[in-house]
Amino acid sequence: MSIGTSPPRRDGLEKIVGSSLYADDLRPDGCLYGATVRSSRAHARILGLRRDPAFDWTGVTLVTAADVPTNIVTLMTDDQPVLAGGITRHVHEPLALVAAPTREQALAAARAVIVDYEDLPALFDPELAEGNAIQIFGHDNVFKKISIRRGTFGGRQGIRVRGRYQTGLQEQLYIEPMSMLALPRPDGGFTVQGSMQCPYYIDRAVKRMLGDERVNVVQAVTGGGFGGKEEYPSMLACHAVLLARASGRPVKITYRRDEDLRATTKRHPSIIELDTLVSPGGHVLEFGARIVMDGGAYHTLSTVVLSRAILHVTGPYRAEAVALDGVCVATHTPPNGAFRGFGAPQAQWAAERHMDRVARTLGLDPLELRRRNLYKEGDITATGQVLHDPGGFAVLDRALAAAEAPVDDKTIRPGVTAPAMARGRGLALAWHGCGFTGNGEAKIKGKVALEVRDGTVYVGIASTDIGQGTETIFPQIVAEELGIDTARVQMLPHDTAQVPDSGPTVASRTAMVVGGTALAAARALRRHLQSTAMSDEHGFDALLSRLAPDATARVVETYEVDANIQWDMDTYQGDAYPCYGWSCVIVDLRVDTDTGEVIYDRVVTATDVGRALNPVLASGQIEGGTLQALGWATQEEVVLDSRGGMRNDRLTNYIIPTALDAPEMVTELVEIPFAGGPFGAKGIGEIPMDCPAAAVAQAIEAATGAALHALPMTPERVLAALETPGESR
Amino acid sequence: MTRFRCNGMDVQTGAAPMSRLLDVLREDLRYTGPKEGCGEGECGACTVRIDGEPVMSCLVPVCQVEGAEVQTVEGLAQPVVHAVQSAFLQHGAAQCGICTPGFLMAAAALLDENPHPTREEARVALAGNLCRCTGYQKIVDAVVRAIAKEA
Amino acid sequence: MLACTAPVIRPRTLRDALQARADRPDATVLAGGTDVMVYMEAGVLQPSAVIDLWGCHGLRGIEARGNELRIGATTTHSDLARDPRVPAVLRESALTVGAVQIQNRGTVGGNICNSSPAGDTLPVWLALDADFQLSSVRGTRRVAAADYWRGYKQTALATDELLTAIYLPEVEGEAHFRKVGTRMAQAISKVIFCGRRSHGVARLAFGAVGPVPLRVRAAEDALVAGAPVSEVVRLVREGIVPIDDVRSTRDYRARVSGNVVGRWLG
Repeated sequence: MSIGTSPPRRDGLEKIVGSSLYADDLRPDGCLYGATVRSSRAHARILGLRRDPAFDWTGVTLVTAADVPTNIVTLMTDDQPVLAGGITRHVHEPLALVAAPTREQALAAARAVIVDYEDLPALFDPELAEGNAIQIFGHDNVFKKISIRRGTFGGRQGIRVRGRYQTGLQEQLYIEPMSMLALPRPDGGFTVQGSMQCPYYIDRAVKRMLGDERVNVVQAVTGGGFGGKEEYPSMLACHAVLLARASGRPVKITYRRDEDLRATTKRHPSIIELDTLVSPGGHVLEFGARIVMDGGAYHTLSTVVLSRAILHVTGPYRAEAVALDGVCVATHTPPNGAFRGFGAPQAQWAAERHMDRVARTLGLDPLELRRRNLYKEGDITATGQVLHDPGGFAVLDRALAAAEAPVDDKTIRPGVTAPAMARGRGLALAWHGCGFTGNGEAKIKGKVALEVRDGTVYVGIASTDIGQGTETIFPQIVAEELGIDTARVQMLPHDTAQVPDSGPTVASRTAMVVGGTALAAARALRRHLQSTAMSDEHGFDALLSRLAPDATARVVETYEVDANIQWDMDTYQGDAYPCYGWSCVIVDLRVDTDTGEVIYDRVVTATDVGRALNPVLASGQIEGGTLQALGWATQEEVVLDSRGGMRNDRLTNYIIPTALDAPEMVTELVEIPFAGGPFGAKGIGEIPMDCPAAAVAQAIEAATGAALHALPMTPERVLAALETPGESR
Repeated sequence: MTRFRCNGMDVQTGAAPMSRLLDVLREDLRYTGPKEGCGEGECGACTVRIDGEPVMSCLVPVCQVEGAEVQTVEGLAQPVVHAVQSAFLQHGAAQCGICTPGFLMAAAALLDENPHPTREEARVALAGNLCRCTGYQKIVDAVVRAIAKEA
Repeated sequence: MLACTAPVIRPRTLRDALQARADRPDATVLAGGTDVMVYMEAGVLQPSAVIDLWGCHGLRGIEARGNELRIGATTTHSDLARDPRVPAVLRESALTVGAVQIQNRGTVGGNICNSSPAGDTLPVWLALDADFQLSSVRGTRRVAAADYWRGYKQTALATDELLTAIYLPEVEGEAHFRKVGTRMAQAISKVIFCGRRSHGVARLAFGAVGPVPLRVRAAEDALVAGAPVSEVVRLVREGIVPIDDVRSTRDYRARVSGNVVGRWLG
């Protein structure tokens, strides 16, 4: 049996010997290198593009907006052009493309395109964006507004607690920069190959841009995504195809790190104001929230990010009445987009910090306050969803038990850390809706194909392995159901010409939703073989042996939506998610009170994963997400210049944690099965992002008395807060 | 013309002397194990060994390896995979894998000097390599357990 | 990045290196490459010629000479960190330069000549009263570290000179090094401090808090005179000239500089 065991990852051998081919490792014959001409203005009318006559343009292909058949990046709305023509709405927006025989030539050519602008007034402050006279999106600069009302306000006695919480931009910082190839096909179409999460997003985007169906998209081995390679690669693929179309040659575009940092999407910044009425005993009576998110200049996925934020903003806690309002607005900054957690980390940072504020106000122990409000069986959420088997108490108890073990202090490193530090422990809780909101899967209708050839079962899915290990988990699921060795199950290449659309690789849905569909497909395959072989045998080997030796079989299964899920998109009432994961994180840290630096000694996580299909891969997801969240908590800050562009566009000054910054982690997997997931599995990719920042803030407060309410809690902010303990900042 | 040994083979390149060793390895010699994550010596994905020492190959002009022995991750797997490579596989230390070749080269250099490092020693030796997938926990696990201790 | 077709001169002897420097004052001097290659990739440096000292004999290595330690200019930070004769504060500082891969390649001379105000080892040379040996075909001279940095990226080095060695005198007293960056490794410093004190002598040297690595002499004098720690800390904050930049703030740097001194003096 394979489920619950940890066979090494399928692609592991190639990865450890260096033979895996990532996009930039591919070099087709005759390949040209592409580069992008970008806007230097936040908001301007583009008067014209000219070639610098001093530059040698021999062998250089130039593409502008006028060369784009349908100038739209297909995603949720049609607001974003593939290349900006008349108006540029953010700095570093793509305006034109060049291709040349070498990378150096291409970069030089891109610099030799002269752009004439007429500057227009720009808007950067998201709190001023709605209804501003300076228009970016629609008539009011609002990408989306969502409100949730439940219960009635007024008539209750209690203590009112208000707080304002902020989070900044965060870069996904996959270690492999964006890279994409376009190859002309003999039939006049194009093959796109590259680093990506969602091959069918690109498939749709390129076909629509070209008005031509002769397109297929193939994932190359992908060096991390974290949401950053969900939507942006669609634009990059369109760029590569435009250059391939104009030059008739294969074209590769690989971003340099600085370009990747400046141009690609980031986590939405947020400003969240919470206003609660709490009983003297610490029960939340009324919970009000006002969320403002900054979407940047184009919509991308902002509607859904806001949706997930508002659905998680109470944290995993009850309230008798809720009034939640959220708005995501446009500003003249590079568009923000998908990033692990997708709004929920921002929302639960606010929720957990607010619980600490309530505890401080009431003089209650923060942990006790959480126990009094944590969701229990049968509790009803802000959307009216009745919770079954909520896991808050289970993960809390597991984390507290694991945290009883003594903490090994991180070694004091002479020259870098000082021994004189304040010690603190912090705890946070979170929930995370798994999969798409409401009945979102009904629209996607994700498919999985299984084929039998030569005694081997091939799994065809469009969901990609970007490191999380789904290439390993799908064979485990299928083999388990068929009762065969995992070695007899192979994955088909993630090529839109060969595999069906399983929906995007997002929203913690791949193992749970697509995995569930794979399980159903395995069952269908067995039924199919039973009828084909005219046998009622169940053993897969026996069934197979009754087939003709060269016979093939293929089944395609579509995700079956649970008919019991009721969701009203207009009122935001009903079952927001098919199930929830639960998480508790306990951070032990020290604060250097001379410098404001935070040293992480240990982080204990307890996470409800439903069922750990492959415990090593599951804990790897949680540990990686936890450190990404610790980086967001104290290190990672995007500094903007006067044009709204990223000023710290290098790895020397956009700081992510190293092995020395990372704590020792204790990773507890709690299994509260979800009947709708394969073998009980829930989505786990995003939940590790939700708790750590708030746990860190609580620990800093415990250590020093300084309460911080904005992320990131850089040493500069911590040191400033140390001077004014207890003050809100 | 620069001559050196790469993964045990005599090689030569006509690349300009200030060309980055990384580009010569990837483009001329087609060793694509070393990766470019930043181009400025911050991420460690391009780590190779020169005469046994781990270095950032994006920061080494190829003229400086004249006569030297260069090893990439491809060479580390020859004639058989190194113990730390197996340990990475066993402990789940590779996820997306883009940083893995660099980590392996830094780890192999550490283990040559110190076969049984503490977790802290491993973290120090690997601090020049950035990973965004693992939180480093399983990488450290793999490095400290790569070489079996005498019973 | 631009393809670099500049000629590369690779002298084998010091004499050849000095001659090359005299012939090509425009040339970029290359040692371990950890700064030069970054500047070239970023497009801010396009050398007209390169003098590569990496393979030049006699420039790398540490030896005791009388009461001094002579550290060759192309000695790497790893070399420095491994040698037990090297003062602890200097070894500590060498171990904070980038990470292992950078320490294996980056040289002490490169760090000094690049003259970044945030160079991790630079305040240590100041605190240890090091002399820098500057050589040319005209001859050799010694310049005290304290006299070497003249302004932002401006030094005492003449256009025909090479930094060939650093001389460390035997010094007395208790020394302390502290680097404050944004993370525990691979960090560009926000504040670097190296202090040394013994009877009648005090050195309080800083990096990343001014256009050059600097000593705060007023604070040193106060310390020697037995002033209270709070007064020394005040004079430190007054004597440094930090700026706001993409990495940190003026206020933070001033505060932290004082704090780390105060902690050391306890």
